[in-house]
Amino acid sequence: MEQIPFFIFAAIAVLSAIGVISVKNAVHGAFYLMITLLQVAAIFILLRSPFLAAVQVFIYVGAVMVLFLFAVMVLDIGKEELRETFNQQGVIAIPAVLVMLALIGYMIIGGKVLAPAGNLTDDVLIGNSTEVLGKELYTKYLFPFEVVSILLLIALVGAIVLVMKDRKR
Amino acid sequence: MPDISLIVALALMVIKVFIVTTILFVLPLPLTYVERKVAGHIQVRLGPWRVGPHGLLQPFADMIKLILKEDIVPDKADKFLFKLAPLMAMLPAFVVYAAIPFGDKWTIPFIDREVTLYIADMNVGILYVLAISGLGIYGLIFGGWSSNSKYALIGGLRSSAQMISYEIAVSFSAIGVVLLSRSLSLLEIVKSQGGNLLHWNFFYLPVGPVWFAIFLIGSLAEINRVPFDLPEDEGTLGAGFHTEYSGMRFAFFMLAEYLALVTVSVMSVVLFFGGWNAPFNVPFVPPILWFLGKVILFIYFFMWVRFTLPRYRYDQLMTIGWKILIPVSLVNLIITGLMKI
Repeated sequence: MEQIPFFIFAAIAVLSAIGVISVKNAVHGAFYLMITLLQVAAIFILLRSPFLAAVQVFIYVGAVMVLFLFAVMVLDIGKEELRETFNQQGVIAIPAVLVMLALIGYMIIGGKVLAPAGNLTDDVLIGNSTEVLGKELYTKYLFPFEVVSILLLIALVGAIVLVMKDRKR
Repeated sequence: MPDISLIVALALMVIKVFIVTTILFVLPLPLTYVERKVAGHIQVRLGPWRVGPHGLLQPFADMIKLILKEDIVPDKADKFLFKLAPLMAMLPAFVVYAAIPFGDKWTIPFIDREVTLYIADMNVGILYVLAISGLGIYGLIFGGWSSNSKYALIGGLRSSAQMISYEIAVSFSAIGVVLLSRSLSLLEIVKSQGGNLLHWNFFYLPVGPVWFAIFLIGSLAEINRVPFDLPEDEGTLGAGFHTEYSGMRFAFFMLAEYLALVTVSVMSVVLFFGGWNAPFNVPFVPPILWFLGKVILFIYFFMWVRFTLPRYRYDQLMTIGWKILIPVSLVNLIITGLMKI
């Protein structure tokens, strides 16, 4: 039963993802990207992860996409500038994509994408998945968590430095 | 043969969704009337007076007018997004109410069956409400962009910049509430404020009132109310993002705006003022009346603000968001964390 909504969400996600890269108009592209991200959020809910779904909608659809749209509208990217979307890189891109699809297929058939759920049964995840996530992040995975935080901090400082360099003169 | 209790539960859910949606659709009618009456009396006028006794039929006259108006789509507009934008503004305003608790449990008289006065108790309710209500901004952005008009475009740009700036402060205040109530579920947040007035998050001194102020200012900016209504600054932008809209499409934007006002009032009550909990022990007053009473007070408060304060300049708006609200919320977060250890 659960596979029916999954296939609906997945189909819409893939179709709108194709829309993102195939439409000429950048704002329409942003619109399709928004739909893709919403479908991914829905799939997160099917995977018993309401927290990730809410964060996906909150951060990606709510903030990042608004920022994208802001940039697109300020720069006023017209239809003409986006005509050359392919840049003659098909020779490299198509084999790369095929290799990646083959790898993913190999892993799915070989059963290598599944990880044991351990003590995370359905009941635990439906009840308080946020609590489980928080505890794991701040105990077991504290080091990677801190590394990612520092990486984000560096990116933030870097962005500010890049802007300030232009402004000094 | 499917389980009978499952069917009953499903039917109850559908009925609840239907009731909530109907109420929300009808709600803007009295709200427009009250808003104009409040405006009139604050400005020493009478407000609507001619249509019906005390102007009571004015909202219906407006509704008929909006339905009968010609639906104009500008020739050079982006037709697809232009037609979609009002719906994108309206839909999230309704969807938010799936997570909002209006009350706890209630027994229907005579048939003796217990129903819950919320559609769904999500364990990430507070995040859901913030995330979904943030989606309404797309209606404004796409509406402003697709109109192919400079005023509408600037209105859309302003609303997106404003949204990003104030979303951070509002999320911080949500973190504050989660720290105070120790849950992300709106139902648990309200229950944690049970007892009397002093258990409300607002009265968790000294951080409660500060969180509430941050939430209030940030939300006012997010729903584009005065003093932060720069996306539809009629003095300089025509009518802002909805300059090119007419008839029902315009009405959808207005509907979304009024519902956002109600949502912010409801969220203020749920997060800071104890939801349906009574301020002190009064017998015979059902909790839902407390809830509605507080929400109505807040709606009045927002209308009062609208006709009292002037509009901020755009640079002032950005300064308040980035240089005041965010640093204050960071400091407040540290204090709240220390108090809760």
